[in-house]
Amino acid sequence: MRESQPESSPESLPESLRAWARSHRWETLLAGILVVTIVANSALSPHYLGVGNIVNLFWLSIEKIIVAVIMAFVIINGEIDLSVASVMGFSAAVLATLHDSTGVPFVLAIVIALAAGALAGLVQGLVVAKLKLPSLVVTLAGLIGFRGAARVLLEDRSIGEFPGWFDRLGQRALVGPFPLAIIIFLVGLLVAWFVLDRTAFGRKVYVVGNNAEAARYSGIAVERVKIQLFVMSGLASAFAGVLFAARLGSVRGSLAEFFELDIITMVLLGGVSIFGGSGTMLGVALAMFTVLNIRNGLGLANVDGIIQTGVVGLLLIGSVLAPNLVGKLQGRLPGWREPTTAADGARAIQSS
Amino acid sequence: MNLSLRPDRIKELTLLGLIALAVIIFGLVIDGYFSGRFFNRVSTSVVVVVILAAAQALVVISRNVDLSVGSIVGVAAYLTADFLQNNTGASPVVAVLIAVAVGAVLGAFNGLLVAYGGVPAIIVTLGTLALFRTLVSLYSGGENVTADALPDWVIELNASTIVSGGGFDLRTTFAVAIVVVLALQWILARLRWGRRLYAIGSNPDAAAQAGIPAKRLVLWSFMGSGALAGLAGFMFMVRVGTISATAGSGLELESVAAAVVGGVSILGGSGTVLGAFLGAVLIDTLRLSLVRVPQVSEFWRDAVLGVLVLASVIADGLLNRRLSRRVAERGAVNAAEPAGGTAGDTTPDGVQHPLAAREGSINA
Repeated sequence: MRESQPESSPESLPESLRAWARSHRWETLLAGILVVTIVANSALSPHYLGVGNIVNLFWLSIEKIIVAVIMAFVIINGEIDLSVASVMGFSAAVLATLHDSTGVPFVLAIVIALAAGALAGLVQGLVVAKLKLPSLVVTLAGLIGFRGAARVLLEDRSIGEFPGWFDRLGQRALVGPFPLAIIIFLVGLLVAWFVLDRTAFGRKVYVVGNNAEAARYSGIAVERVKIQLFVMSGLASAFAGVLFAARLGSVRGSLAEFFELDIITMVLLGGVSIFGGSGTMLGVALAMFTVLNIRNGLGLANVDGIIQTGVVGLLLIGSVLAPNLVGKLQGRLPGWREPTTAADGARAIQSS
Repeated sequence: MNLSLRPDRIKELTLLGLIALAVIIFGLVIDGYFSGRFFNRVSTSVVVVVILAAAQALVVISRNVDLSVGSIVGVAAYLTADFLQNNTGASPVVAVLIAVAVGAVLGAFNGLLVAYGGVPAIIVTLGTLALFRTLVSLYSGGENVTADALPDWVIELNASTIVSGGGFDLRTTFAVAIVVVLALQWILARLRWGRRLYAIGSNPDAAAQAGIPAKRLVLWSFMGSGALAGLAGFMFMVRVGTISATAGSGLELESVAAAVVGGVSILGGSGTVLGAFLGAVLIDTLRLSLVRVPQVSEFWRDAVLGVLVLASVIADGLLNRRLSRRVAERGAVNAAEPAGGTAGDTTPDGVQHPLAAREGSINA
């Protein structure tokens, strides 16, 4: 629906820009909201446009947006991964336990923690792909189970005193004002856009999400694509968990608890259909920047965190509702999200 | 296989068997396990999740989901507790009505957006999960309602007993939960309203062609789920006493877990409220029992629960596949027989085969 269209010739810029906007209504809408947010924020606070604040704005949510990039792939593919925040906690717990109670070199401990996350994704991916079970339920079990595993490892302890270089990597700027995590996120975002938009693998992700049955008949290894995506999701979550451990300087069993809802909200706000098959990385990136800027602006205006969450929730519902209502009023509006009937809901979570 | 033993019944009996098995095993491992005290503990602690599991089943059966129930519990519990601390003379009936009405209004908000706004349930309720929580936080202004500010009957209700024998008490709150479950089970299995929810969840397109007013029914089911979540909020207040703005967070996932373990298919069209009830009881029995096994630390509870949810989903998937294959074989032999007669797979009256439902939604 809102996938990339062939580039238009650059004869007249406004004309091609308008054509782009017509074929990317969702992204255009988000860009509009983002611009309004940025203008309003900079009018409200003189500190807003400072480099320090902009770095801070990304840094405070860096783990969530890293995971959200991979979540976009998973949802476009027609699945969902509710276990991401628990896998973050689990991997960080593995790292902390190895550091605390064994003599494993710290770098090796990081590798093992990442492998543990990938394994968590592999197990869930195998169950979803091979047993054809709905990923909503499988990863709900993962959400509970991997959080439980983190608690088993750490009980009610808090483990810190990591090597100095690890803390520094998480807490100080690496290049100019940018910490390592932000650099990795920005590079990762570009790579993700390229893979989703420009490679055969990206096309497969869309095709499977659109109609897994048709994809199978056209020779796509549907199961393999799904398993690969769940492994990627587990690995990205583990990576984000390790980064979070470095940023915090210590690990508890409850690390990153309830992050999954924020992550999924950002992806859906980015115009990725919960039914799979459509959405763009540009939309997801715009949604991330919008959410982060709204939260940051409200924060600078001393608005409580819980109200920020409510505003984001309202934005999520409104972003899907508004086009539907406009579409209903005007009869039809090609290019907008197709109005979905309530009963369609299960396609979101159907694993077929 | 005896056809009168429908898949839903098999699932319920399996759950009963699992609960019995768990109780026997724990009884062998733990000294003094078979006591009235333990039964009383499980039956009081399970009330909130049982009511929420029933609420979840109501919407999941029609192929939707309600992730906002935990936040509705918070709003209803806080508003009711706040009303009671300002009107200490109010009767329990008024308090229950307030809680249920608050829940029904919030549920109607969800239902309107899903049914008439055309927004998928998972998006709506993910949004209202945050939104409702924000409302209660704003309203509370960070203040808790403490148990000693509430009327005495609130505390007494938690321990009040209808009948008791040999140390086993039938607590009032548990009895209410049982009545809710049985009433809902009857409505869904016997009334046209309930049968139509299964039809919508099983195959939305066929339901629409059959002239079923899907939008209105989905709105009602969300209102019902909200009202039940409101009742759960009241029960939460009775059990916990001191209510903060975060009351009930996380219950949405517990309710989905209970419904799923209880055999309610997340794809809609199949499962029963009785199953969801048994799922909630099984989970809580295991949780509370594990704590009493000396070798298992309390930190193991969630890990074990995760494995349990996964195992029950896998078992369910395998069972369903075998049953649908059997139905397909029988259908090949008996092609002329109308679908309603060979009910073997999804709903008690066999509205649709799940594979048919899947094809339908792909073509839609």
